[in-house]
Amino acid sequence: MPVKYGVPSDPDYNERLAEFEARIKRGEKIEPGDWMPEEYRRQLIRMISQHAHSEVVGMLPEGAWITRAPTLKRKMILVAKVQDEAGHGQYLYHAAETLGVSREAMLEALLAGKAKYSSIFNYPTLTWADIGTIGWLVDGAAIKNQTMLAACSYGPYSRAMVRICAEETFHHKQGKEMVLLYAKGTPKQRQMAQDAINRWWWPALMMMGPHDQDSPNTEVLVRWGIKTKTNDQVRQEFINEHAPEILEAGLTLPDPDLRYDEKTGNWLHGPINWDEFWQVVNGNGPMNKERLEARRRAHAEGAWVREALEAYAAKRQRTAVAV
Amino acid sequence: MRSEVREALIAKLTALADDEVILAHRGSEWTGHGPILEEDIALANIVQDELGHATLWYGLRQQLDGSDPDQLAFFRDAYGYRCCELVELPKGDWAFTMLRQYLYDLYEALWLEAAQHSTYKPLAEAVQKIMREERFHLQHTQAWVERLGQGTDESNRRLQQALDMQWGYAQQLFVPIPGEELLVAEGIVPDLLPLRERWLEHSTRHLQNAGLKLPINPGYQPTSRAYHTEHLWSILAEMQSTARWDAEAKVW
Repeated sequence: MPVKYGVPSDPDYNERLAEFEARIKRGEKIEPGDWMPEEYRRQLIRMISQHAHSEVVGMLPEGAWITRAPTLKRKMILVAKVQDEAGHGQYLYHAAETLGVSREAMLEALLAGKAKYSSIFNYPTLTWADIGTIGWLVDGAAIKNQTMLAACSYGPYSRAMVRICAEETFHHKQGKEMVLLYAKGTPKQRQMAQDAINRWWWPALMMMGPHDQDSPNTEVLVRWGIKTKTNDQVRQEFINEHAPEILEAGLTLPDPDLRYDEKTGNWLHGPINWDEFWQVVNGNGPMNKERLEARRRAHAEGAWVREALEAYAAKRQRTAVAV
Repeated sequence: MRSEVREALIAKLTALADDEVILAHRGSEWTGHGPILEEDIALANIVQDELGHATLWYGLRQQLDGSDPDQLAFFRDAYGYRCCELVELPKGDWAFTMLRQYLYDLYEALWLEAAQHSTYKPLAEAVQKIMREERFHLQHTQAWVERLGQGTDESNRRLQQALDMQWGYAQQLFVPIPGEELLVAEGIVPDLLPLRERWLEHSTRHLQNAGLKLPINPGYQPTSRAYHTEHLWSILAEMQSTARWDAEAKVW
């Protein structure tokens, strides 16, 4: 029987919705094939596919430094990291497919510029220290978000997150180790590390999305257990962990208003430049065009390969039938 | 170990490692740009293994002369590198990359199989560590050659074009380096001549089965590893740019 996605015009919608919300309240996971509101499904497809695209596009800024890694060990670690990102993209596309959307359709939406991916990847990686900084700050921010999503109500997404978080935690440690090493390295290495922190700090804070009062999706996402914390809560957790560690390493943060608040135990940040955030989200970041173009080129140049695979598989099938 | 044997072994290990480093460099250029996500993952695996092999070969050299593997990889110029020309060629399209990887993997798998009986124990042990993964590479790239060869007219044409280009270059894998005969006489490394026979037999069968024709005129066949293609200088300029950027840096 085809899966039922409920809409408010269904005669039994309210009854089933109440049942569905009660399950979530009890902490049960919603699984593929269970009844769910169409809006729940739509929000999940949006989030999971964006997340998958982020992994795939995210391979580009870091992948570009594999050929320039300064030691054999760093090179190997970076290849493994970018490979993990490809793997995350793969699980996430599978998780989204459980909601009845195909990988091809999701990719098409990405290449047509209709689907979003994390804006952070629309910033350039200018030096080798960016690799460490992305691991520490960008993966650090992603982990905060993903740890929250690991508790989400949709089973396949939650399980993908558990697995992904474990790998991201490893990347986060490697990134931090690099930046700390360069922070106490030569003058040039220190300068490189500081410059990278200066450029990535604010974009990393923007990764959690707009402030709660400006985030139209948050309310329904929290009620349905897709998000279990708000953007501002997750952002605060990120700052509380990372700001003191960066300062302790002898580096500075590009926020003159940053201060520790004794009363709440929080590190309070200055105003975030949301104009910049929306500019980048809407396609005007430094790398939006290049990133999308790189994906389109890879897809177009791979077309004949995919056709060959299909033709080969079809021939094999015919031979198998003939035998 | 006699000093001339030791010198020859150092040179051989360097050539083995350099091949892996440069081939890994070319392979890594695909990361994020592969034709399907699954292949980004598979090729990244192969690249990691090759870097692992390079580390192993440089490590054996280090035991002999105390040289530092990262110094060798990141501070030698094109005059010092001893890779073969096949691995330097630009990555080309997917057919070019898969065919090169196949020709190389077949050579490496056969070489390792023979080298597991090396009389030089550290080498025999190193070979044991990596033989299994090399067999996986070969399975993977062998399957790609078959799929592309038997896929569509276009994939067959592209693969044939790659073969016409690479066949002569691949023969360099079987050209001994100066002094290699000393190593063969001592049973330290396998003799390349019979390996070449086996490689020719396997590759010819597989390529023909995939619907390809071996080039009648193999074209240019490089012999000396002291000289390179015009690409190596640029590869090294890119690869070494971070390591050389800060002369004072001791650790990365």
